Amino acid sequence: MARLTLKNIGKSFGKTEVLKNISLDVEDGEFLSLVGQSGCGKSTLLRIISGLEAPSRGEILIDGQVVTEQSPKQRNIAMVFQDYALYPHMSVAENMAMPLIMSQLPLHARLPLVRHVAPSARRAKPSMATQVETVAKQLRIDHLLTRKPAQLSGGQRQRVALGRALVRNPGIFLMDEPLSNLDAKLRVEVRREISELHHSSGLTFVYVTHDQTEAMTMSDRVALMQGGEVLQVAAPNTLYTNPVSVDVARFIGSPQINILPVQSRLDGLFLGDINLHLETIGKVSDLQLGLRPEALSFRGVAGLQLQPIKPGSILLPFQKRMVEDLGPEILIHGCFEADPEIEIRVRAQKNTDYGKTDQFAGTHKLQVAIDPTQLLLFNAHGLRIQPTPHMAQSLGEVVT
Amino acid sequence: MSLGTKKRAQTRLAYMLVLPATLLILGIYILPILTVFGISFTDYSLVSNYYEFVGLENYRHMLADEAFGNAIVNTLIYASLFLPSSFIISLFLAIAIQERKQFRSILEVLYFLPVTSTLAAMALVWAALMDSNQGVINHWAGAVGLGPFNWLGSETMVLFSMALISLWSVIGFNMVLFLAGLTAIPSSLYEAAAIDGADHPVDRFFRVTWPMLGPTSMFVAVTSSITAFKLFDTVAILTQGGPNRSSEVFLYLTFLEGFEYFNMGYSAALSLVFLGIIFLFALVQALFVDRNVQY
Repeated sequence: MARLTLKNIGKSFGKTEVLKNISLDVEDGEFLSLVGQSGCGKSTLLRIISGLEAPSRGEILIDGQVVTEQSPKQRNIAMVFQDYALYPHMSVAENMAMPLIMSQLPLHARLPLVRHVAPSARRAKPSMATQVETVAKQLRIDHLLTRKPAQLSGGQRQRVALGRALVRNPGIFLMDEPLSNLDAKLRVEVRREISELHHSSGLTFVYVTHDQTEAMTMSDRVALMQGGEVLQVAAPNTLYTNPVSVDVARFIGSPQINILPVQSRLDGLFLGDINLHLETIGKVSDLQLGLRPEALSFRGVAGLQLQPIKPGSILLPFQKRMVEDLGPEILIHGCFEADPEIEIRVRAQKNTDYGKTDQFAGTHKLQVAIDPTQLLLFNAHGLRIQPTPHMAQSLGEVVT
Repeated sequence: MSLGTKKRAQTRLAYMLVLPATLLILGIYILPILTVFGISFTDYSLVSNYYEFVGLENYRHMLADEAFGNAIVNTLIYASLFLPSSFIISLFLAIAIQERKQFRSILEVLYFLPVTSTLAAMALVWAALMDSNQGVINHWAGAVGLGPFNWLGSETMVLFSMALISLWSVIGFNMVLFLAGLTAIPSSLYEAAAIDGADHPVDRFFRVTWPMLGPTSMFVAVTSSITAFKLFDTVAILTQGGPNRSSEVFLYLTFLEGFEYFNMGYSAALSLVFLGIIFLFALVQALFVDRNVQY
């Protein structure tokens, strides 16, 4: 159990600055994910927290103690690597016992040959074996203890790596993309197991991933990183509904958010020449309007569940280009007639009539309603302009 | 063309393609070995055209031959000096060089240079260095109050000197083999070890480096053993087996019997024993190196 604090962490490799002034607080028992595209510095940050890499600037505190200069061993952290980094020549039990041997035995009792006869090693052996077995049972790998890593499946190796980290009773649990080598089905399964592990152990978790779904489903809070900076740290839902910038909005959410270039004139917001009938914020150009695919809904297409269209919704003509069937729902790609350059994705729930007729037969021209409470407006620098919920105002052709 | 004829044509083509290599292997390896095998049962001599079949006489003679026992003992002493040092020193050098950032490639080239040189020529340089009167090594040893040593002329020193020269010529090669093995160890293992608390150099070596180098070590040990049993050129050039047969090693004895004493039959028998020993090492390598790699 531990609280982790990062103060103004910076890291440069030669002239390349990979981390710029990062400050973060991770509460005791919290699950924090570091998310971002490859090269954003999230793995480097994790390695700095672990002590495998030294920061160029800044301080790391664990439970209020400065640990910046300490070795990984002294920080009492555990880490699970992307490739698991299991010792291939050791059995599962030996792999898991490694941290115990290193912390409980003196150097001479760890030497080859000597370790079989040293009294301290013999005394400690039974208790270590018990500890390993307890953790192995908890992770349901107790039947694999005598096997070598090469004889295990990906998921089993993953559990052994978790076990090796757990057995030492660490203060902070670090994970570097631990699910990326698993197949899709197993990934969902292990994801749930890690979540359960977090709840049952109550440990502080820092989890690095490039997969927003992992981050969103498992974390208490998500730190979204880009270009060596943390863009936003927030609970998953806040990150989705209330992003601070267009970059955050773009990264979080699948299918991706629709971003439209709009202008604010004195008489409203304009998409090209079309007045969106939204409240103006004065005369500003180069604005960006973010619309989540579920903030849009179709009118009058049989087979799709009719969204209760909120008062104040705006109707726009929409041209369909492609439909993706996702099972319970469909994803329609197309564009607004006002700006055919920008691709728009709309998510719609099917109803039981779906598929009985060709839903879109003959009609490429559809009407799409925009939910005015779900609009996100960003300025020319991509920063969010607040507040949006009251921005919409019915002026013209509006559903009531 | 029917399917059967096409298949037969392909089979014929396959045999024709392996034919040149097969002939070469037969002519260069198999036939000479069979010839040596045949000669080892005769009293064939280089100086006489007459020879007759003597059965196992040559092998019986071997067991009673004092020179044979002497050569075996000398070879074993030499190997016990040469093998551990060539293994440990080159492993140590490889680890030391691998951790260096600067001058790494320069050092690699420097240590590898002796491997590329002709040992016969270099043996003469060593003769000069090890000269008991004017040799540089004795000069240096004298400067720190040691010696003078009779490197090549003393019965007790000569095998040690031979081992030293071989060491010099082979270390670079073993080091490169070890370097290749070290490079193949994933760095995440060392990182995992650091997280697990194994950040002491001793722990890093015994928990990660040594076990992960297993296949490389086996390979180095086997090839070095074969090299040790093949000691010939330095002995032939520097000591001719002397002083008093104290550097007469196995291969040199074989050479003496065949080309100095003209006992080709006996020499052939010795060659076959040598072949058997080398074969044993190769067998060990084939059995352990190839099977133990599966991590």
